[in-house]
Amino acid sequence: MARVLINLPQRAKRGEIIEIKTLIAHPMETGYRLDNTGTAIPRDIINRFVCTYNGEEVFRAELFPAIAANPFIAFFTTATESGELAFSWTDDHGQTQTEIRKINVE
Amino acid sequence: MDRESQGGSPTRRRIILLAAAGLGFGPFAVPGAATRISMDEAIRGLIGEAPVERGKVKLEVPPIVENGNTVSLTISVDNPMTEADHVASIHVFNQKNPQPYVAAFHLGPRAGRASVSTRIRLADSQEVVAIARLSDGSFWSDGADVIVTLAACTEQ
Repeated sequence: MARVLINLPQRAKRGEIIEIKTLIAHPMETGYRLDNTGTAIPRDIINRFVCTYNGEEVFRAELFPAIAANPFIAFFTTATESGELAFSWTDDHGQTQTEIRKINVE
Repeated sequence: MDRESQGGSPTRRRIILLAAAGLGFGPFAVPGAATRISMDEAIRGLIGEAPVERGKVKLEVPPIVENGNTVSLTISVDNPMTEADHVASIHVFNQKNPQPYVAAFHLGPRAGRASVSTRIRLADSQEVVAIARLSDGSFWSDGADVIVTLAACTEQ
């Protein structure tokens, strides 16, 4: 499991627009680099990131090798109701890591 | 992955590569370089024949960056985010990296504010373009020229 940082308010007012910042530890190997013997290092990146709010998708990103290592993504969403936000990162091998954060909406 | 490319500084790696090239190992071809498509072709692939207007989109990126391996980028679109009229997606392209695509972000009315930040790699001084697709199907764009002092390592 890669290390993940997620920053979002624990509580918010209904209808408030909140910023969510996410970061996951990942080398984002581009596939364009060569090692010392001149062999290409195989591509290994996170190509998909999805955020769902109580099961409904609110943000999705498709990532390419031009995204820097340890991909950082910040975006906004509207605090509609209390519940769970799920964050999923999927890599080139099809492996997905999901993290869940709770939010209290008053 | 070998230790040198993992831990060595880009400058050190470059020196090693240059030394290797000098010894007759080079030139280093980038796989797939021949089939590489340009930024304009990539943008056409997204928008088709639709017109792209300048405006609404604001691409914030430093004009000069020291390290092309991490360049902060913020794209915001000045548009309401309602069910009837919202930003559907934001696409980022670059001119001179091995691939023209950088990222695509899909938003919806629930986003509240059409603004996304990330960090990208730039292999050379070049233009970065952001294109937003609105819910009515129109496209808006903004571009910025970035001067990169130390390029991201594509080792070409």
